[in-house]
Amino acid sequence: MAINSVGREIPEVYNGKKIVPYGGPKSYKPDLMTATRPIKRNDSGKSKVVGGLRDAIVASGLKSGMTISTHHHLRNGDRLLNDLVKEIDALGIRDITIAASSVHIVHAELVPYIKKGVITGFECGVNGLIGELISKGELNCPITVRSHGGRARSIATGEVQIDVAFLAAPYCDEYGNFNGFFGPSACGTLGYAIPDAQYAKTVVAVTDNLVPYPALPIAIPQSMVDFVATVDTLGDPKKIVSSTTKLTRDPMGLQIAKYASMVIDATGYLKDGFSFQTGTGGISLAVAGHVRDMMRERKIKGSFGCGGITGFFVDMLEEGLFEGLFDVQCFDLKAVDSIGRNQKHQQMSANLYADPFNMGCLVNRLDCAILSATETDVNFNVNVNTESMGYLLHNTGGHCDVAAGAKVSIIVCPSIRGRLPMVRDAVTTVTTPGETVGVIITERGIAVNDHLPELKEELIRRRAPVKDIHQLRDEIYSITGAPKDVEFEDEVVGLIEYRDGTIIDTVRKVRA
Amino acid sequence: MKIEKQAQAGTMQSSDLMVFVEPANELKIEIESTVKKQFGHLISAKVDEVVAALGVTAGFIRVSDRGALDYAIEARVKTALQRASAA
Repeated sequence: MAINSVGREIPEVYNGKKIVPYGGPKSYKPDLMTATRPIKRNDSGKSKVVGGLRDAIVASGLKSGMTISTHHHLRNGDRLLNDLVKEIDALGIRDITIAASSVHIVHAELVPYIKKGVITGFECGVNGLIGELISKGELNCPITVRSHGGRARSIATGEVQIDVAFLAAPYCDEYGNFNGFFGPSACGTLGYAIPDAQYAKTVVAVTDNLVPYPALPIAIPQSMVDFVATVDTLGDPKKIVSSTTKLTRDPMGLQIAKYASMVIDATGYLKDGFSFQTGTGGISLAVAGHVRDMMRERKIKGSFGCGGITGFFVDMLEEGLFEGLFDVQCFDLKAVDSIGRNQKHQQMSANLYADPFNMGCLVNRLDCAILSATETDVNFNVNVNTESMGYLLHNTGGHCDVAAGAKVSIIVCPSIRGRLPMVRDAVTTVTTPGETVGVIITERGIAVNDHLPELKEELIRRRAPVKDIHQLRDEIYSITGAPKDVEFEDEVVGLIEYRDGTIIDTVRKVRA
Repeated sequence: MKIEKQAQAGTMQSSDLMVFVEPANELKIEIESTVKKQFGHLISAKVDEVVAALGVTAGFIRVSDRGALDYAIEARVKTALQRASAA
């Protein structure tokens, strides 16, 4: 065991791999070349359509022990991963590692296949039941949770080698050009699928909407696609929108949003050229509303909006408040519609978005970003992975990437959720290290991290309710009482990887 | 205070709790909570305190907590007990 720089005990080896403990957000760069894959040659102009999913699995040469990937742009509406694993099982293939861009609640259907040994590892984070069962020790299946930038990096460096990528292709031609803009399963950008298309040894485009050649505009080109498979449906795009993507009406949330807009205004970045990212949470959207109003009033022309894109950002683009949008994930159908017709609504790959190991990713250009939290602590660390029972229930998303990149990263969360204090002595799991977090805002006040002394002064000058983070914690504890820590066994059931591939925390089996 | 009939108070909403009370020969308190791991000890202490303050010595009290704060626990338990004792 080693202790990393956020004070977490990290094993030396996990699942056969040697671990590098986290040592700071911007210090680690291994001396490696990017990944390679076999050279292909195809002199035929003939159709690459091989039939259905099962035919494609056979054609791809998938064998026991290999690693597959899918993308999660259809989010909770995705059918492909579940259908794929069923077919893999039917072909008698076992010991498969899943390296999807994310796994959602809908993929709880995979649990029996994990128990059966069809799936024996996850090189990606998960949302929902699978993580809970792994935390309880009921599923023996190693898991490495990665951020969006971290996943893209792990593929580009070859740390994760995908044998076959099965990429949902909502608008696809017979020679393998595709995009996600149109068709019955349109999901908009295909940003998370681009590293897979670039580095997987074999790439299968799976479509429910085969269109005459060529499928334009091209998001992923024929030169990266080995086979095309056809299925009845890729899923239901109506389920892209989660229940959390609605503007809050809760007075507490609105108060937090008001404070967040005060902070953004006080940073001094809210002027021509402003760049901004929010999540999809109700508070985030309320902050976006305030930002929009301030931009309108002061006739500010922003540079770009970034991240998962919602209809709210589309409206801001179309109103001329931003020069453009960079989109790695369309969060609602309005965003899906926009990316197909707005030239300044730009698809971006996960590497361009947030991979730290290239010549500069998009998050580096962000001024302010609003991020949520499951819990925070007095060292400004943020947990979004494990919930109150200690179970691994959420994937990291772009959280730690955006926090590291943005000039001011702003965490918004209520001070108390169902008696649980949201500012604690120590978070259960460190997803995002405090040294990359600028400000934590609750309805009880604003805590500014020490690396932003000027912002703190400016907020005090503006009579904003600035509080020391310890004071904030004490105030919350005086209402909730001091919580006991959830108890864990020594057994490590998963890793929380930082975006650069070092390990920032572990997930341990929850004591029954 | 004597528990004479079944009664309940509260809701199952987040940050609230339901309290169910019924007559029994001895005092029995059962607590289930979404935050039992972190706050089970404090919830239990608060319920005991209210029960003792009202002089209840027999009855079956079942608490289903959704992360309520102490003042809510006190109010819900008190109300349920009063409803169960009223003629």
